[in-house]
Amino acid sequence: MILKVARKELKSVFASPMGWVILALLQFGFGTYFLNGVNEYFEVMSGAIRPAERTGVTMFIGQSVFGLASFVMLFSVPLLSMRLISEERRSNTLPFLFSAPLSLTEIVLGKFIGLVAFLSILVAMIAVMLCTLNAWADVDFGYLFSNVLGLWLLVASFSALGLYFSSLTAQPVVAAIITFIALFGLLIVDRFLTGDETSVANYLSLMHHFQPFARGLIDTADITYFLLFIVTFLTLTVRRLDADRLRG
Amino acid sequence: MTTLTVEANNLTRIYGGREAVSDVSFTLSKGEVLGFLGPNGAGKSTTMKMLTGNLAPSKGSVKICGVDMIENPKEAKALIGYLPETPPLYREFTVDEFLAIAARLHGVSGKHIKTAVQRAKERCGLTEMSKRLIENLSKGYQQRVGIAQAIIHNPMVVILDEPTVGLDPIQIRDIRALIKELGGEHSVILSTHILPEVEMVCDHVQIIDKGKLVFNGSIDILKQQRHGNKLLIGLAKPPANDELLKVPGVEAVEALPNGLLRVRYTAGKAPAEALVQAAVSKGWGLHQINPDQTSLEDVFVQLTYQDAAA
Repeated sequence: MILKVARKELKSVFASPMGWVILALLQFGFGTYFLNGVNEYFEVMSGAIRPAERTGVTMFIGQSVFGLASFVMLFSVPLLSMRLISEERRSNTLPFLFSAPLSLTEIVLGKFIGLVAFLSILVAMIAVMLCTLNAWADVDFGYLFSNVLGLWLLVASFSALGLYFSSLTAQPVVAAIITFIALFGLLIVDRFLTGDETSVANYLSLMHHFQPFARGLIDTADITYFLLFIVTFLTLTVRRLDADRLRG
Repeated sequence: MTTLTVEANNLTRIYGGREAVSDVSFTLSKGEVLGFLGPNGAGKSTTMKMLTGNLAPSKGSVKICGVDMIENPKEAKALIGYLPETPPLYREFTVDEFLAIAARLHGVSGKHIKTAVQRAKERCGLTEMSKRLIENLSKGYQQRVGIAQAIIHNPMVVILDEPTVGLDPIQIRDIRALIKELGGEHSVILSTHILPEVEMVCDHVQIIDKGKLVFNGSIDILKQQRHGNKLLIGLAKPPANDELLKVPGVEAVEALPNGLLRVRYTAGKAPAEALVQAAVSKGWGLHQINPDQTSLEDVFVQLTYQDAAA
């Protein structure tokens, strides 16, 4: 049942030009960065004489592409997540889902998986693009995998947060703005409190947990953080929808 | 044997201390069509939302074919088809796509989806519109899509909140025929403002006012209340009232402002023929004789405002 809801969501993204346009524009951006990365790599490395100055091609290009991707997702996920529930609220389509034989958890998970599936297409395309480097260089697949996993978890967390804020309001635009502000806050919260490695802000910051992945380090603590983040916001969303049913 | 499809027990819904619906209880058997009548804000839609599990009742319970809506919402919801006040339509899809999604979410198995969609479209007269975007359909067609999604999975109970709003007269006739047809194998609950509609399609009527059931019974009772024992006669040269009272069966005569006379008679002794004969033989100049029907509207007003009058 969850997958049926997810399928509906995915279909609705592609029913309008919106889905295609976002895919095309983002892929264009990532592609440009990728090409620039390849060009720069030769320039920079031909200047680097000492071995210590040299970095691998995967890392060099990966850094710029994944850096851009995590930044761009900060803007595009709120735009995609905003309509998930608030649009249904505004056009009175929620009763359609509520009166179907679905539990609230199934509805919320379905919507979440639908959005993550769409974003996974983007992540997968980035991964494939970087894999093409393997044709003339040895790609560091471990590093690539860690980055892809990190980006994917980051994007999924963004989606969970976006879904929650979308359930709070009937105005998609309001949902998008709140989501963006919340995400931005969570990303930069550790910037304000630099120096103190043990501060709580560090634990809360999304970026703080994303950076190890970007360096190629897969830490179970970071994975747990992302999973907890997702579960928390999905639970909050279910509770919000349940309140609709109880309070009307 | 009659099987109960809907049982509502003491449904109560409180909004901020005010009872929007209070103590509504009723049952519905298979094959019956129940009409829900009431002025605006009486609690019709709230009751329907509770019946379909869209709103949790503050008190009371709902059972669909014996399955409790609160304890087993998924099983109970699978037995219901619901059209809310505003039809829930995803405007970015075509009619076919939307109905396929509706079928899938209501648990129609993969290989039956196509036939279910086809059948629902035929029943609601949507076959021509299959490939059109719902966004571009007229209000009437959108309403039909709303009805189609409610009956797509062949539910035991169909709940329609004002199904004929925004339709043209021909469409209304079609939809009424459809509701009657549905009433054969399913149970139907519909709410409406249009009183003749209730008389045409419903077996049972409930009138709800200020959250309370003020009338609950078969449509015949309502009809009886409507056809009072009264005749309306027009006479060019009316005699004195005493003359009329001599006609057997006549109990009272009342002159109306428009020049007609309202004759009240004893139940079962319609004096129409005797009146006509008397009028002809005595030269009263009869030009009109009609049964005097209180309009359904009047009955409705009587029932909903009797509290205020008392």
